[in-house]
Amino acid sequence: MKRHLISAGDLNRDDAVLILDTAEELASVEGRAAIKKLPTLRGLTVVNLFYEDSTRTRTSFEAAAKRLSADVINFSAKGSSVAKGESLKDTALTLEAMGADAVVIRHPASGAPRRLTNWVSGRVVNAGDGTHEHPTQALLDAFTIRQRLGGLRGSGADRRGQALDGIRVTIVGDVLHSRVARSNVLLLSTLGAQVTLVAPPTLMPYAVETWPCRAGYDLDAELRKSDVVMMLRVQQERMSAAFFPTVREYRRRYGLDVGRMALLPEHAIVMHPGPMNRGVEIAAEVADSGRSTVVQQVANGVTVRMAVLYLMLGGAAGGAA
Amino acid sequence: MCAMRPEPVHEPGPGGPGDPGTLASQPPRQGGSHPDAPGRPEYQGWKAVLTAEEIRRALTRIAHEILERTHGGEGIVLLGIPTRGVYLARRLGARIGEFEDVPAPVGSLDVTLHRDDLRLRPARALQRTQVPPDGVDGKTVVLVDDVLFSGRTIRAALDALNDLGRPRAVQLAVLVDRGHRELPIRADYVGKNLPTAYREKVRVQLAEIDGADSVLLGEGDR
Repeated sequence: MKRHLISAGDLNRDDAVLILDTAEELASVEGRAAIKKLPTLRGLTVVNLFYEDSTRTRTSFEAAAKRLSADVINFSAKGSSVAKGESLKDTALTLEAMGADAVVIRHPASGAPRRLTNWVSGRVVNAGDGTHEHPTQALLDAFTIRQRLGGLRGSGADRRGQALDGIRVTIVGDVLHSRVARSNVLLLSTLGAQVTLVAPPTLMPYAVETWPCRAGYDLDAELRKSDVVMMLRVQQERMSAAFFPTVREYRRRYGLDVGRMALLPEHAIVMHPGPMNRGVEIAAEVADSGRSTVVQQVANGVTVRMAVLYLMLGGAAGGAA
Repeated sequence: MCAMRPEPVHEPGPGGPGDPGTLASQPPRQGGSHPDAPGRPEYQGWKAVLTAEEIRRALTRIAHEILERTHGGEGIVLLGIPTRGVYLARRLGARIGEFEDVPAPVGSLDVTLHRDDLRLRPARALQRTQVPPDGVDGKTVVLVDDVLFSGRTIRAALDALNDLGRPRAVQLAVLVDRGHRELPIRADYVGKNLPTAYREKVRVQLAEIDGADSVLLGEGDR
């Protein structure tokens, strides 16, 4: 595994399966132990460096680090020297001087985590950068898919070592602004899944044909042959132009409502990275249905991030890895 | 990248001896012969110190000792430490079931997350922890491992066990005790006491994963 986790493309198939297997074991430890804390990362410091608002990702990383007994420092741009104009580099040097063993960074600018790796000696984990990538979200999505559909193709209860070969995943919505979609396309295809993107033409990224996935525009046709449908949030805050005429029209063509959900095969699941715009890309009835994995995804987020921190911070004191 | 499965070699490591390590080059051993293994077959620098038959007898004896010491195996739980301790625990459990009509619940206990050397070496893949349905509270837990060396693995196992519950007592069974303890830990049941030099390596092979049963002793260099 590479030193930093910036892109889902940094992970090869073995790395990704190892992370999922480690998370699987951690989840079973969590479920069983009376004491929900492991001593594994005692004495190591994890800094959460958040330049963008976030509920689930920041708390999830914080919970993950704390359950492994790491010391956690939360740093958000609001109420810090960033508000006074401090640059990312100077903030990074400050953190470096404090001795951060790992920095978890979310930043509105694509590429910020990559830059950060030049300035800190600890591990860097990308927790979402602009419209680029969000690799731990893709990992927890892959974990959730394996958990729900792992037994689908034979080999029964033991999911360890399994990838997602042959599972058909359709990612729907605002692909253009979605770092979740980018990371998922890379990771899920590495794991052998067949990924299809469905979006309004205005929200389909440029050069999507070079991605390891198919692109389509007819949601109803794709839903019939999907094992997993992943709805993306319409990211109003990143939209500087009119990408679709009205919310109503978007909902009718690309929203997942009860009628559309009925087109899915019996076993198919509905995912959403959150936060959801209920009534826009996903109807409330769908979000609250038994097929929805939204809550499960959040719960899995903690164990998957524990696995990432554990695997990345092993040997941290030795320096070489 | 992280090792998917620990090497079955017990040799000194940076985080404390007793950790499974790689066959990295090491200085030659300073001499010393092994009175325990005269005339044993020798191949590729490894000397067999226990044959399949001897392993079978040692496990049978340990099973009897466990029954004796625990008054017929009342309330015992056998927990094997991955990888090879788990297979040994299963064999002991099967034997105890044959000798007495008491079922001996068998499980596994992964100690990776409780090791004290995580900061010194790359993270390892986690192995499976499986506790029998009745749990460990109030039970006599017998930890089972292949080789007892520094004692650090057992220390980690005691910590891991602590998170699972509160056993009435904890005992330790090992196939080979090779000495060089770094912690005040001793085994209750020992298949064979094997005097070794610190730099030597002990390798336990079991039919379940290695194809055949044997305990091998290797020189420090290879």
